[in-house]
Amino acid sequence: MPMVEIAGKEVEVDEEGYLVDLSQWNEDIAKYMAVEEKVDLTESHWEVVNFLREYYAEYQIAPAVRVLTKAIGKKLGPDKGNNKYLYELFPYGPAKQACKIAGLPKPTGCI
Amino acid sequence: MSDMDDMDDDAGIVKKFMFLNRKAPHGTVYALEGLEVVLITAAFDQDVSMAFTDDGVYQLVKGIDTKGIEVKDFSKTYRALEGYDIEKLYVDQVSMDARGLSEDDLIVDVTVLSVDEMANLMAEQDVVISF
Repeated sequence: MPMVEIAGKEVEVDEEGYLVDLSQWNEDIAKYMAVEEKVDLTESHWEVVNFLREYYAEYQIAPAVRVLTKAIGKKLGPDKGNNKYLYELFPYGPAKQACKIAGLPKPTGCI
Repeated sequence: MSDMDDMDDDAGIVKKFMFLNRKAPHGTVYALEGLEVVLITAAFDQDVSMAFTDDGVYQLVKGIDTKGIEVKDFSKTYRALEGYDIEKLYVDQVSMDARGLSEDDLIVDVTVLSVDEMANLMAEQDVVISF
């Protein structure tokens, strides 16, 4: 699988650019992935990214977008737990793009 | 990405799908693959249930530690099923008894069924997929 150099460190990514070993994740990697995805990381983005990392730590999967939306709504309120808000932050798919930035695998059921 | 969630799906046919898990969690790939299929099926708005019989009941046991065998512990993922609206989890009483397990040993809330009840439930399904 391809290797990329991020902040002076070699990291392995899969053919779609997702981090292979999520224990390697750090903020530099998140920033690199965000540039790849053409996402300008703001605090609102980080909130979702960190939420995903917590979700993964708890359940060992990256959630499908519908599940992510619902779970964010529960934790951060309905003004954030909706498709419009999340797609504004991550136009090419909140689950897909935010997971990549969070160093998680592509969500299961992400077709 | 399941954009189809947003699609108008009035014409959708809802079938009863049961995923039957009969194997121990590790050693073969059945349990993990079965779980992934269930998570994917959840995107299609079907009536999904899961049943655990034989060594399959071990998939739900609390406190699994996979460090020694260097594989992912996906037992926590069963707790995410609720968020996927998969809330019908059934276990076979006889399989539990034979392994000295009770509901308190399991990581999720389940309904324990007798052999007859399980058989009836299976008979009601449109599709039973066994892993």
